[in-house]
Amino acid sequence: MGNETQPSYLEYQGRHKGLAGWLLSTDHKRIGLLYLYSIVVFFFVAAFLGLLMRIELIAPGKTIMEPQTYNGLFTIHGIIMIFVIVIPGLAAVFGNFFLPILIGARDVAFPKLNLFSWYLYITGAVLGVMSQFMGSGPPDTGWTFYVPYSVESATSVIWALTAAFILGFSSILTGLNFIVTIHRMRAPGMKWFRMPLFPWALYATAWIQVLATPIVGITLLMVIAERVLNIGFFDPALGGDPVLFQHLFWIYSHPAVYIMILPAMGVVTEIFPTFSQKPVFGYGAIVVSSLAIAFVGYFVWGHHMFTSGMSYYARWFFSFLTFIVAVPSAIKVFNWISTMYGGSIDLKPPLLYAISFIFLFMIGGFTGLVLGSLATNVQTHDTAFVVAHFHYIIFGGMGFAFFAGMHYWYPKMFGKMYNNRVANIAWGFNFVGFNLLYFPHFIIGIQGMPRRSYDYLPQFHTGHFLSTIGAFILIAGLLLMLYNFIRAGRRGEKAPANPWHGVTLEWKIPSPPPHENFDEIPEITSRPYFFGSKEKTNQ
Amino acid sequence: MRDEKNHISTYRSLVTVLVILLALTTISVLITGIHLGPVTVAVALLIASVKVAIVITQFMHLKFENLFLKLAVSGVLTLFVLVIVITFIDYFFR
Repeated sequence: MGNETQPSYLEYQGRHKGLAGWLLSTDHKRIGLLYLYSIVVFFFVAAFLGLLMRIELIAPGKTIMEPQTYNGLFTIHGIIMIFVIVIPGLAAVFGNFFLPILIGARDVAFPKLNLFSWYLYITGAVLGVMSQFMGSGPPDTGWTFYVPYSVESATSVIWALTAAFILGFSSILTGLNFIVTIHRMRAPGMKWFRMPLFPWALYATAWIQVLATPIVGITLLMVIAERVLNIGFFDPALGGDPVLFQHLFWIYSHPAVYIMILPAMGVVTEIFPTFSQKPVFGYGAIVVSSLAIAFVGYFVWGHHMFTSGMSYYARWFFSFLTFIVAVPSAIKVFNWISTMYGGSIDLKPPLLYAISFIFLFMIGGFTGLVLGSLATNVQTHDTAFVVAHFHYIIFGGMGFAFFAGMHYWYPKMFGKMYNNRVANIAWGFNFVGFNLLYFPHFIIGIQGMPRRSYDYLPQFHTGHFLSTIGAFILIAGLLLMLYNFIRAGRRGEKAPANPWHGVTLEWKIPSPPPHENFDEIPEITSRPYFFGSKEKTNQ
Repeated sequence: MRDEKNHISTYRSLVTVLVILLALTTISVLITGIHLGPVTVAVALLIASVKVAIVITQFMHLKFENLFLKLAVSGVLTLFVLVIVITFIDYFFR
């Protein structure tokens, strides 16, 4: 199945050589790595900005910056983290790299469109960062661009809005590419319910990308039109409605949470069976719950707006659906734990991160119910509690799943083994640092600490101090993890084709994969995730 | 790759569709002069939806496509209808 004679995609010399061989490549694996390197760079930029904010908040009063600088920092930190890293993140990196391999294809359906998506992505990302330095000062609206302030702010809001708009196009095109690839390019015999679960997660995600992203694109254009042309979409003085902006923004931005978390769920769903050497528990339930999350996730946006003056019936409706969407997520958690139950558990770094994902995602999920409940939402809205909740979901969920995926697929992607001991130590730093950074926000949030606040009352000092210490520990862990990967890339041992004894298709081809993935397209005869019985695997 | 068939619409049908679209546009402009209260937006959306349906089925040839594609497009449109209806739970009862 795997081609031993073809050069690997890293060595392949096509029409273009050197850097051009990467920047003009339509190979899905190279494009996946282009996304990876871009995302890593932007992640460390945004993480550094976050660290600066934490240093400012280590004590009450001014520490290292002025209030307006702080406003600019939390805005660009949010824009980069949300629009440049977590929304494209897993789908763009691991989706691009592994989707064709996992379904037995040689590439995605539209390789040139795939490369174009990356160029759109990098254009939007660079524009977002440049908005800090252009025009009349860094945008200070927060990543949510709420009107009326985003219409009135004298800062470079239009640059940031344009950046988010362009990034949205990249997301739509990637989603479209994945939908067509999954529909049209699955290997012979790979019926829908023989497809591995990561592609299923990408499929559910892609539909959200295609259907929800245009709404925020139009909404951001409406804000630009209101600023530039004075059209009254959202300004009451011009006949507009500011709550309409919140509806339109969250109609996209809540499903966007599922754009981030569904691929994360897909990644850990691949990891649990491999490191338990046991078939995934409840394959069908995981598939249906992915689709259910994607579908119900469209209709819960109003839970971001409970204090906005929305009607009582709308609040009741959105609160009810928010509790409903927790059900398929809980089904997945049950399935992951049941997959491990009775298995031959091998606690390697990918599994450590995947188990951490469950732990942190559950804390994020349960505290989400506090925010989804009407009565408690009024108390916790716009407090540090919300900051803690979404960092547990986004960083604890998507971030840790990304780290899990990196440790799981690194040997396949680069053909090198990393140092397990260093990876475990880095995990310890990351896990402890993360919890110390964000858990105090739950407590000071309940006590009344507002979010996005430059200064605070003395009673919140302990929480903020601990949080800043956690930020330093987390940064140390992240740098150690990065060092481990870079070191492995240069001096790591050569990775075998299947270091973790996995059974899905990527483990049947050499590490790193050949240029066209497969010598012959494999024929699929059964469901994935059968261990210990060769005739029942994907072979 | 599947065999693709060419579908050539007659001038008569294309002109008919154009006239219907122009008529609906005229109606949606004229209707802004009538005070319909909270129903105004619903009526505007209804007219726009009919126009969208005509464009998709006639000009974009959905009527010649297979059942799966018709169902997929219908599902997407249903989703957007639901999103709009749910938004109006706020506006009607605020």
